[in-house]
Amino acid sequence: MDDFEDDEFDGPVKKFLFLNRKAPYGTIYALEGLEVVLITAAFDQDVSMVFADDGVFQIKKDQETSGINMKNFSPTYRALEGYEVEKVYAEKESLEARGLSEDDLVIPVEVLSAAELAELMDTQDVIVSF
Amino acid sequence: MDYNVNETTINADEEGYITDMGSWSKDLADTIAVTEKIDMSDDHWEVVNFLRDYYEEYQIAPAVRVLTKAIKKSLGPDKGNSKYLYELFPYGPAKQACKIAGLPKPTGCV
Repeated sequence: MDDFEDDEFDGPVKKFLFLNRKAPYGTIYALEGLEVVLITAAFDQDVSMVFADDGVFQIKKDQETSGINMKNFSPTYRALEGYEVEKVYAEKESLEARGLSEDDLVIPVEVLSAAELAELMDTQDVIVSF
Repeated sequence: MDYNVNETTINADEEGYITDMGSWSKDLADTIAVTEKIDMSDDHWEVVNFLRDYYEEYQIAPAVRVLTKAIKKSLGPDKGNSKYLYELFPYGPAKQACKIAGLPKPTGCV
């Protein structure tokens, strides 16, 4: 039964960092970026996800989208854990500039300064910015 | 590829996923299951209902491995394993069960 258990992907694993910088609605970047993250994780890659600039609004609690006729997709960020995406970061300066704290977010994140994020980016194989 | 349920036409894409999730019903699920050559048992329904709950909570259809893990967590290892799920849905538990559940194609399934 065990060889049935997991169709593990045994190709090369790269370190991907996805940088999300745009507000959740108004452009398609946030939603498409999230899909790419989930697909990358489904292929067993090493995924980190960073929210910076207006991107921090993507994971803000209490999004009310009925007025703009868009689906509120913020609940999908809570699925990241099930996809084993556990390295999720938000930029400290971006949160502060927008009056947000970790308590305002739909998922737990590690808050890093811009300088710390730069170091994190240095360790990656691939960086994709949305 | 549309479906006909109780004399109503339900639109679906070329792979058989319905285009308007709101048009889903249990009768439609049975109709889709017939085209998938699946005879719906309580065990099938358990997975289909699980997927609908998952979608309700996360707004996506999960990839098969994520589905398997989530079922293991909530229904136990006897059901949360690939062998059990592939026996129920031979052409892929996520793909087929999502189709029957009226959800979009699973995210992470390309």
